[in-house]
Amino acid sequence: MKILLAYSLSGFASYLHRLLSGFIPDAFWLMVTEMVITGVCLLVFLILLAFFLGYMERKVAAFMEIRFGPNRVGPKGTLQIVADTVKLLFKEGLTPDLSDKFLFNLAPGIIVISAMLAVAPIAFAKGFQIWDINIGVLYISSVSSIAVIGILMAGWSSSNKYSIIGAMRAGAQIVSYELSVGLSLISIVVLSGSLSLNDIVESQANGWWILKGHIPVLISFVIFVVASTAEINRAPFDLVEADQELTGGFNTEYGGMKFAMFLMSEYINLFVVSAVAATLFLGGWMPFHIGNFTAFNHIMDYIPSSIWFFGKTLFIIFIIMQFRWTFPRLRIDQLLNLEWKYLLPISMINVLLVTLMAIMGWHF
Amino acid sequence: MFIKEYFGTIFNSVKSLLTGMKLTGYYFTHQNKIITEEYPDNRATLIIPERFRGEVIMPHDENNEHRCTGCQSCELSCPNGTIKIITQQEIQPDGKKKKRIHTWVYHLDMCTMCGMCVTACPTEAIKMGNEFEHSVYDKSQLKKILNKPDSKLKQGVED
Amino acid sequence: MKLLGEDIVTETGEFIINMGPQHPSTHGVLHLKIWLDGETIKKIEPHLGYIHRSIEKMSEKMSYRQFIYLTSRMDYLSAHMNNQACALVVEKALQVEVPERAKAIRILLAELSRIGSHLLWFASVGLDLGGVTPFFYAFREREAINSLMEENCGARLTQNFHVPGGILEDVNPDFQKRVKEVIKQLKDNFHEYDEILTGNVIFQNRLKGVGYLSKEDAISLGCSGPTARASGVVCDIRKSNPYDGYEKLEFDEVVLTGGDSWARYQVRMAEMLQSIKIIEQMIDNMPEGDIVAKTKNVIKLPKGEFYQRVETARGELGVYIVSEGAATPYRCKYRSPNFANLSAIPIAAKGGKIGDLIAIMATVDLIIPDIDR
Repeated sequence: MKILLAYSLSGFASYLHRLLSGFIPDAFWLMVTEMVITGVCLLVFLILLAFFLGYMERKVAAFMEIRFGPNRVGPKGTLQIVADTVKLLFKEGLTPDLSDKFLFNLAPGIIVISAMLAVAPIAFAKGFQIWDINIGVLYISSVSSIAVIGILMAGWSSSNKYSIIGAMRAGAQIVSYELSVGLSLISIVVLSGSLSLNDIVESQANGWWILKGHIPVLISFVIFVVASTAEINRAPFDLVEADQELTGGFNTEYGGMKFAMFLMSEYINLFVVSAVAATLFLGGWMPFHIGNFTAFNHIMDYIPSSIWFFGKTLFIIFIIMQFRWTFPRLRIDQLLNLEWKYLLPISMINVLLVTLMAIMGWHF
Repeated sequence: MFIKEYFGTIFNSVKSLLTGMKLTGYYFTHQNKIITEEYPDNRATLIIPERFRGEVIMPHDENNEHRCTGCQSCELSCPNGTIKIITQQEIQPDGKKKKRIHTWVYHLDMCTMCGMCVTACPTEAIKMGNEFEHSVYDKSQLKKILNKPDSKLKQGVED
Repeated sequence: MKLLGEDIVTETGEFIINMGPQHPSTHGVLHLKIWLDGETIKKIEPHLGYIHRSIEKMSEKMSYRQFIYLTSRMDYLSAHMNNQACALVVEKALQVEVPERAKAIRILLAELSRIGSHLLWFASVGLDLGGVTPFFYAFREREAINSLMEENCGARLTQNFHVPGGILEDVNPDFQKRVKEVIKQLKDNFHEYDEILTGNVIFQNRLKGVGYLSKEDAISLGCSGPTARASGVVCDIRKSNPYDGYEKLEFDEVVLTGGDSWARYQVRMAEMLQSIKIIEQMIDNMPEGDIVAKTKNVIKLPKGEFYQRVETARGELGVYIVSEGAATPYRCKYRSPNFANLSAIPIAAKGGKIGDLIAIMATVDLIIPDIDR
């Protein structure tokens, strides 16, 4: 465990705390300063993350579609996404004439903020967590559902017929899929006995839940990935945008930086969902441990915990991206059928199985 | 029975989805199969088929002589009015007056590359060229005069 | 409720949206006015005329050699078959016998462009239903076909390879080798289409039982081609009124009775295989000889009315010419397959969802410039 600590960033955080308390003696202002620093760091991190995921998505899509993808701007096209952002920045921030101007301009903010809030309790590495809240899982699932209000707001205020249809679809879709997401989260909460993400990670020190929990946990992992793909409106469940049907859905009327905020929130949501899946099912920053093989576990500890976390997260992001570039889109009634006829009954029974497993102690 | 059908549906669905993901996964890992032609970069190695109809050209030989007699067959055969031939009377060395082309005007902007002018030409004076990069900054630059300055009709074409 | 002076909700509570003329999945400037109840379609009204170029009227001012090239711009994906129809009607009027080699080359190129057209259709079905990746797989093979066209006809889409009495010039010496390469590539990669789209459960659910068009409706609306054949109508012109030597070839007319989008999808996929079959029969025994029959320099059709139809990739294209004995047609009328097939959409899509309408438009495979001409 000593090695694990050496690689983590908790030492740096406490060093920063000591440094700042030298300058600011008042405890309240110290906290405010630290919050501002954290907020700015998080914002920069999330923007860079959105850039990276945008680049990754374009490359993944390109390779699956037997083409190169961006390869002109910067080395291997890495700066393409920066160029696109600059282009969006310079575009006119147009507000349609007949729109509800206040809601129209508010909606992108709400969507981005709700996406960013959900990052707070995620443990990026051992001891490196913005907010170690004891109801982390509950917090994430509740904060991320604020996004639907933003989408409804954007669709309604645009005064565009396609946008309204898109927004109404979003309402039906996100509310239904939240049930399955919640139930599959519960199965891990039941097993680990805690809502805190840190405790959940610690409970996987002798093996990840997906390996320890037999088939029921595997099923809830699959359900979580599918349902959360739908919850963040990514293809094949992107009916809310549905280019080919609704010409862009709720964000048809948006352009420039407001549109860029929608894009950014999509990628942040993607990251949050994958990070939660990685934390709950694949052990978060916990290295690959097998039971009591101390020698093997010790070797695994040499790999920094942040690499474990981001590796697992990127793996799930890749899977969700592959969904998008392989499957056609579902129809709205099929989408709801999938949730209410398949995912929800299965996950309900699955929760019962997991509970039984937890009570009887059948898991490893 | 219902349960069997229910789970059979799920099994088959997941199987079919995984088949698709296997294919995209295959192409993701086999990047040597990429088929993109990086056009402006591969200009040197680009193979344009000989028959490709890109524009009408009038070949001139080394003596600056062409084969156009100014018979206006091409002008008549063109469906779009792309070609305009302006002729003039030229006094030959033997004193006879003969019709010769003054300018052979080619409106590339109106041309649909059907190749009918080439088929109609009795003296094979024009043919279709392979050039395809026709973009210009102004439409007027697409009006071309095909006969070179001071060019002459090649001897013996008219006979 | 009014928006910009126009009703958006009718008195019965239906929501009117205009799909097109600028819409990603109408494949052109088609304008569909849709009455919606929630997501369910109550009524569709197609509005035409955004891409009318008066091709029929222009044909009246053109000679019989010139008017062929205009038809390439109607259904630009089966430009070769359109040109063929025009050449055939002139040959029929003049009673010219086309040389065997020209006929063989015509059929080979026509079947290749049929495959190319269906490949583009396959690509756009995937694209319309939200799967972008199949587009690139299909275009890889279509690119090979287009390159072959470019090598032999001089153009990739608007080939203009037909002249009255035959074809413009003989194909390249390596034509047979190249066709075999293209066919091999297509056959090798055909299973990928099944893996990525045909077998996909989401895709099947999007098409099965969607946009039902009954046999009676298909006949009374004048639908043709794969759209009608999916409803059980036997209507392949290549079988019923063979031209250019189709009668000597062995191939099956693909007729299904499903009538839904899935049947239309399967008919087109099967037709690609039938086209491959035709090409494989012909490619090894291409007759030698002339490529064009002798015609006069200025063609004058005898007085009378002439009609010729061919099977393009989308259905029956008819060319009707009234001649007064002059060097230009007195009246020229094209019976285009897409116009008739368009009229099937309001019937097929009624009662479906918006997503269904997209699937129906994709599988009926409309080419908008052919509707308006």
